[in-house]
Amino acid sequence: MGAIMSFVGVLALVLIAILGAKANLHLVFGVLFPYAAVLTLLIGLTVRVVRWAKSPVPFRIPTTCGQQKSLPWIKHSRIENPTTIWGVLVRMFFEVFLFRSLFRNTKIEMHKGPHLAQGSSKWLWMAGLAFHWSFLIILIRHLRFFTEEVPFAVSVTEYLDSFLQIGVPLLYMTDLVILGAITFLYFRRVIIPQVSYISLPADYFPLVLIFSIAGSGVLMRYFTKTHIVGVKAYTMSLVSLRPMMSMPEGVGTIFWVHLFLVCVLFVYFPWSKLVHMAGVFMSPTRNMANNSRIVRHVNPWQTKYKGRTYVDYENDFREKMISVGVPVEKQESESAEPAAEKE
Amino acid sequence: MYDKGKVIVGLVVFLGFATFPFYNNIGKKSAVPEPNLKTPVIEQMVVKKCIEPKEIMRGEHMQILNQWRDTVVREGERKKMTIGGVEIDTSLQKGCLHCHSNKKKFCDACHNYLSVKPYCWDCHFDPKERDV
Amino acid sequence: MAKQPKPEELAKVDYTPPMTAWMDTPAVLKPGNFCNAAKEKSLQLLDMPNPRTWSAKDDDWKLPDNWKEIVLEGLRERLDKYRSLRVFMDICVRCGACADKCHFFIGTGDPKNMPVLRAELLRSIYRKEFTTAGKILGRFAGAREMSLDVLKEWWYYFFQCTECRRCSVFCPYGIDQAEITMVGRELLNLLGLNIDWIMGPASACYHKGNHLGLEPHTFKSSIEFFLDDIEEITGIRPEPTFNRKGAEILFVTPSGDVFADPGTYTCMGYLLLFHELGLDYTWSTYASEGGNFGFFTSMDVAQKLNYKIYAEAKRLGVKWILGGECGHMWRVLNQYMDTWNGPADFLEVPTSPITGTRFDAAKSTKMIHIAEFTADLMRHGKLKLDPSRNDNKILTWHDSCNTARGMGFFEEPRYVLKKVVNNFYEMPENTIREKTFCCGSGSGLNASENMDIRLKGGLPRANAVKYVNEKFGVNFVGNICAIDRAALTTSIDYWAPGVRVTGLHELVGNALVMEGEKKRTSDLRGEPLPGCEAEE
Repeated sequence: MGAIMSFVGVLALVLIAILGAKANLHLVFGVLFPYAAVLTLLIGLTVRVVRWAKSPVPFRIPTTCGQQKSLPWIKHSRIENPTTIWGVLVRMFFEVFLFRSLFRNTKIEMHKGPHLAQGSSKWLWMAGLAFHWSFLIILIRHLRFFTEEVPFAVSVTEYLDSFLQIGVPLLYMTDLVILGAITFLYFRRVIIPQVSYISLPADYFPLVLIFSIAGSGVLMRYFTKTHIVGVKAYTMSLVSLRPMMSMPEGVGTIFWVHLFLVCVLFVYFPWSKLVHMAGVFMSPTRNMANNSRIVRHVNPWQTKYKGRTYVDYENDFREKMISVGVPVEKQESESAEPAAEKE
Repeated sequence: MYDKGKVIVGLVVFLGFATFPFYNNIGKKSAVPEPNLKTPVIEQMVVKKCIEPKEIMRGEHMQILNQWRDTVVREGERKKMTIGGVEIDTSLQKGCLHCHSNKKKFCDACHNYLSVKPYCWDCHFDPKERDV
Repeated sequence: MAKQPKPEELAKVDYTPPMTAWMDTPAVLKPGNFCNAAKEKSLQLLDMPNPRTWSAKDDDWKLPDNWKEIVLEGLRERLDKYRSLRVFMDICVRCGACADKCHFFIGTGDPKNMPVLRAELLRSIYRKEFTTAGKILGRFAGAREMSLDVLKEWWYYFFQCTECRRCSVFCPYGIDQAEITMVGRELLNLLGLNIDWIMGPASACYHKGNHLGLEPHTFKSSIEFFLDDIEEITGIRPEPTFNRKGAEILFVTPSGDVFADPGTYTCMGYLLLFHELGLDYTWSTYASEGGNFGFFTSMDVAQKLNYKIYAEAKRLGVKWILGGECGHMWRVLNQYMDTWNGPADFLEVPTSPITGTRFDAAKSTKMIHIAEFTADLMRHGKLKLDPSRNDNKILTWHDSCNTARGMGFFEEPRYVLKKVVNNFYEMPENTIREKTFCCGSGSGLNASENMDIRLKGGLPRANAVKYVNEKFGVNFVGNICAIDRAALTTSIDYWAPGVRVTGLHELVGNALVMEGEKKRTSDLRGEPLPGCEAEE
């Protein structure tokens, strides 16, 4: 259901953008929407992170994936089971940039016997990594439309991304990779019964949306062409906060589509599962050191225990304790006397 | 345990990166390049016309050049084209640059603006600038 | 209990999801897959809400009229208290990497046993009540209304999760279903919806000091009962002390070790070891439980039950605390105890009186694991060992979930076991260490009325055991967990008959050559030692 609905949804968005272009509603589509989208993204994401941060981390609950720090002669797994902030930083680096945990992925197969086999399964990891890295590189590449003096890091990224020198304009490898990866991730969701069963419309929609954004970009660059100088003049006018009052001539409808879909993505981002981008940094099972035996972790809402104590226990069982020679605090049971609590 | 400091640092870093295009450019008026057509040869043309209309040349010039290169280098055949009644080689150096003899103000204007680094000049010499 | 089908039958798992979407597929409470309801008295003893006699089989669960309000308010409160919950509610992308990592999903094929979907059971309500998108878009955004069906579904599936954290190892964001299950169970407890197998032990522990409800004299006599066996086997009679003030060390272990085979043999191992070392230690009848079934109920109850360990250490004036072999006990001791009931500033950093080693890795909690303690002894050559006494055992090692993924306790027990056992084979890589499989009965689910789900959940672990059994002739599974010792015995007997379960210090006790001991002919179980079979 979600798989098809997402298509319909994104198609509707494309139509809206085309209508906007045809009606030349530049002030809405070219000025208002982009600014509103960026603001929504930045504010929305900040609000989300602040809301997470307002809830404390009451307990130290890292998921330990390696040997703890123990006796000095036992090899400690400093990254998979860190006890220091440095270990945590490295662990988080692997998690965020290389999807360490997903790399562990296995797949089960139940054979006759019963014999349960578990093989390594790296496809999801590969597609996930390919998708996210392509996205990041494409984002960095796009900085050439938002900087007058294109920073060196951006030029290098572009150079490396196109270094195969296929065709003109040079083919960016990430353009192919992102489309391929999204296609894989989409069909994986549709085809694997379990994944399909858990998938919400909100899982298909961003895939289709991002595919359409990348697709419209690819069309513009390699096929239909756009007036790229005009595009940059426009984007620069946005970021310099001196927006153009009309779209430069020669910038075709497809750019309107591209732009509008990006706006939709920005607006959608903070209210959806896409916040995992920020959330991965906030996950207590990954971003905490396993040092709770070394340093006391303080829980801001922890209350002191008030309840049954040893005195209550002894009062209940004194005779029985005395009868088997277990030492007691008071020899005979007394009632209604101030408890000799030591707390 | 809130780790407030770390969360704020994270947010600041993120917002710093995300708003970089804005604070880097705010208020600046960037000059949109206009390829310069004033060269001795073009000035003398009666009908100032390239092989294709401006819009097509803007979007497709790289493909055209690529085709020429393929025919010349791979097939060994140098074709001719006619511009303003004059027959010239389909060639970057002897063709395009014959009229557009101002690479810096013509080619580079847009390429630099958009950070496009065509590999033409990996082999071809930078021509001597001739404009008016 | 219904008659169990044959293993081949039970292993025919159908992984095809139902035709109807999961939100339209209400949970059907299948006998053998859920536990008896908590008793009125247990709830009263612990001062928990809504004590009453009820049964999950009845339509009417006897809930308070405003149950929905209580649950939603409870959820709101917990969202403000736990960042883990807030983040985990928001960031799941449903990639499905966790799906076939859960032993209950592998064993049942029920999609709601995929950690992701188990979490969605709660997440869908969270979206409806606490997110704008969920309020507006409803089902399109994965939101649904809280209802009685949902509540029953929660109860059914949150008590089909053993909080083993295996999913959390594979999740790209570290989303830990254990955290979600724990919150889910807390919410259920607000309505008095717990199971007897948890609340019985928890209330017993609160009142009498241990899960089994052994009163002080019984606790003492249970341990003394071992002394006869030990004397018969070794010719030596250890002299343990109880509630002794001024001892250097307080020893705390799960009460299962005192009461239930094969944990009892491990307990005998402790007694032998401490005697041989002449350790100045004491048991406590009050802090006579290391395990914590409160941990499967709510943070509140868990803190209550855990309280007595530090309190007793303080009362007795010991220097530090030594902990026995237990799984969730050690997750609690590592990740919660100090926060709940610390700081233990009245204790000293644990220092082995035999080797002088200071255990700085426990310098705040002041409590160390007996496997660390023994490993240190062996490293310093302080024990005389004869591993050949265990030569009739071909061992494999089961890493317990909680010590694996809530602590990272892998090498210490392996070091020890390699000193006391000559034949040792690891199970396949994907089923050990941080990827270890749950016994299938953790987090208070080792009752008998839910045997069906226990066996299904135990399949992945038992199957790996069977693999090494067939390949290397493995006949014993070692572990450091009281629930494992009880639960694996059942599940392995079913899936991999012929393999038995042992604790680490049972093996140590067997191999330990003690001063003044007679020539041993049988092991701690009273079975002949290798080479002594004929004498029997």
